[in-house]
Amino acid sequence: MRRSSHSTSLTDRLFDVFVYVFVTAVLVITLYPFLNVAAISFNDSIDTVRGGITIYPREFTLKNYEVIFSYEHLGTGFRNSALRTLIGTALGVLSSSMLAYTLSRKDFQGRRFVSVFLALTMYVSGGLIPFFLLIRELDLMNTFAVYILPGIVSAFNVFVIRSFIDGLPYALQESAKIDGANDFTIYWRIILPLTKPALATIALFVAVGQWNSWFDTYLFNSQSDHLTTLQYELMKVLQSTQSNVDYRARNMTEVMSQVSPESVKMAITMVVTLPILFVYPFLQRYFVKGMTLGAVKS
Amino acid sequence: MEAVTSTQQTIRTRKERIRRFFRKALQNRWLYAMSLPFVVWVFIFSYLPLWGWTMAFQRYRPGRPFWEQEWVGLDHFRTLFQDELFYQVLRNTLVMSLMGLVAGFVVPIFFALMLNEVRQMFYKRFVQTVSYLPHFVSWVVVAGIVTKMLSTDNGAVNDLLMWLGIIDEPIQFMAKGKLFWIIVTLADVWKETGWNAIIYLAAIAGIGPELYEAARVDGANRIQQMWHITLPGIRTTIIILLIMSIGHLISIGFEKQFLLGNNLVREYSQVLDLYALNYGLGMGRFSFGTAINIFNSVVSVILLFTANGIFKRVTKESIM
Repeated sequence: MRRSSHSTSLTDRLFDVFVYVFVTAVLVITLYPFLNVAAISFNDSIDTVRGGITIYPREFTLKNYEVIFSYEHLGTGFRNSALRTLIGTALGVLSSSMLAYTLSRKDFQGRRFVSVFLALTMYVSGGLIPFFLLIRELDLMNTFAVYILPGIVSAFNVFVIRSFIDGLPYALQESAKIDGANDFTIYWRIILPLTKPALATIALFVAVGQWNSWFDTYLFNSQSDHLTTLQYELMKVLQSTQSNVDYRARNMTEVMSQVSPESVKMAITMVVTLPILFVYPFLQRYFVKGMTLGAVKS
Repeated sequence: MEAVTSTQQTIRTRKERIRRFFRKALQNRWLYAMSLPFVVWVFIFSYLPLWGWTMAFQRYRPGRPFWEQEWVGLDHFRTLFQDELFYQVLRNTLVMSLMGLVAGFVVPIFFALMLNEVRQMFYKRFVQTVSYLPHFVSWVVVAGIVTKMLSTDNGAVNDLLMWLGIIDEPIQFMAKGKLFWIIVTLADVWKETGWNAIIYLAAIAGIGPELYEAARVDGANRIQQMWHITLPGIRTTIIILLIMSIGHLISIGFEKQFLLGNNLVREYSQVLDLYALNYGLGMGRFSFGTAINIFNSVVSVILLFTANGIFKRVTKESIM
């Protein structure tokens, strides 16, 4: 026993070194690309072509940003992305929590049916093409509503919030009931304020999903310039080196000719990513809890 | 006489039951009002598309009422299974999802184990916070970043490899079909490792410290503690997550493939969903595209049940 304790501490020390090297490598690999993109976006585009930009700009300039902000679709895209994030998140959180509350009530007749009806949607989906045709039948092509309506109810979010409500003491609701409050009042006045941590998590998930989505714009709204989103604009710019360039991307190419395409790409990437980096620290403490909650439940 | 009373009794109890049901429904009226609109909503956006599956058995023409569509039986499936491209696409889907599955498990578990061994709480938390940052960034951005890092002019990876003297001239990573699978997998690992590790770290935090103390008394070093206590401690979590991902094996989505792929690597980048998009929707062959979607859904449900069945037998644990 005693003999091995010395060698053990040596292995432990070596192990420690390995752990720190590995963890630091992960840190660098995760951070470096972001810093590199930021550095290039603030660097003079002619200088960038010379290469060797790492994590700080060599010749600082805001020209790249001036150029991309002169491109009008970017403003429209920003507005639409922000709007869909705000509206989609508000409606998503409201509907999920309302539904979650009814499912948490053991005395609700429809509880089992609604639960199963909702849970099934997590396993089977109709697929891309039936969904596309549905949207077309509903006349939602080329509308802003297509960003909001399909995603309002998400089974996963409902179940995460319900498991949170289940953890609240039922006595609170009982006493409100005795005071003559109806179920909606109980939901609005008691449940909603108490579920704030869970709602913050769900809000974060929904908001990030809304902000990051580009495929619905591509599929449903690519004919409507005024409904474009930031992610979609970035997607077009990034793919513009390829052969299938549409007329608006060509417009963008003209913009690009003022500074190098690479600088423009990096600047737009920054514009698309920055809002997330800004809200990230504030919401960060919530989602770890929410993530674990959701996983335990499902 | 007795028979009559018993019938009357059943009638009375049935009436009573119906009355009770409605009385209860009346009490539940707010709960109904708060849930039924969403049930309708889910019906429209999640169940109506399932009705669209009938299209796969018709020669669907848009704008015609349902009863005037021409039924063709399994023709579209026959076309699908005779299409050579289908097998290529299926291979790409399966290979990429298997690679994603293995990497998506091994790397986050390993990362969680390593992070758990970091003693300075501040550094540990800092690394963790940074590690799940990429999860919140869109695939559009990640694809842009990956393309930039791997590019031949001043891409970080080529620069590093040249500096180390491993290669003499830049490799065109994005143009090599054989590398595409690896690039997609690594991009996924970069984006999701930190996020996927959260669950394991939470599970590790739930392991009782007395187990480690007992192990230390027995003279176990830290690697042994990790192997014999931490890893078994998160076994259930691993199994549950594994079953869930096997169920989603074939429906890996297409975002990364769409955004990272290009015409040069098409043979390796096209997956089932993209195939449905390009050869179904893109060409107006709605019925054919739906047949692809159905194939996809059916295979994933079968995989989910098989995975659950196997694990039930092996471990006596189940998720369904």
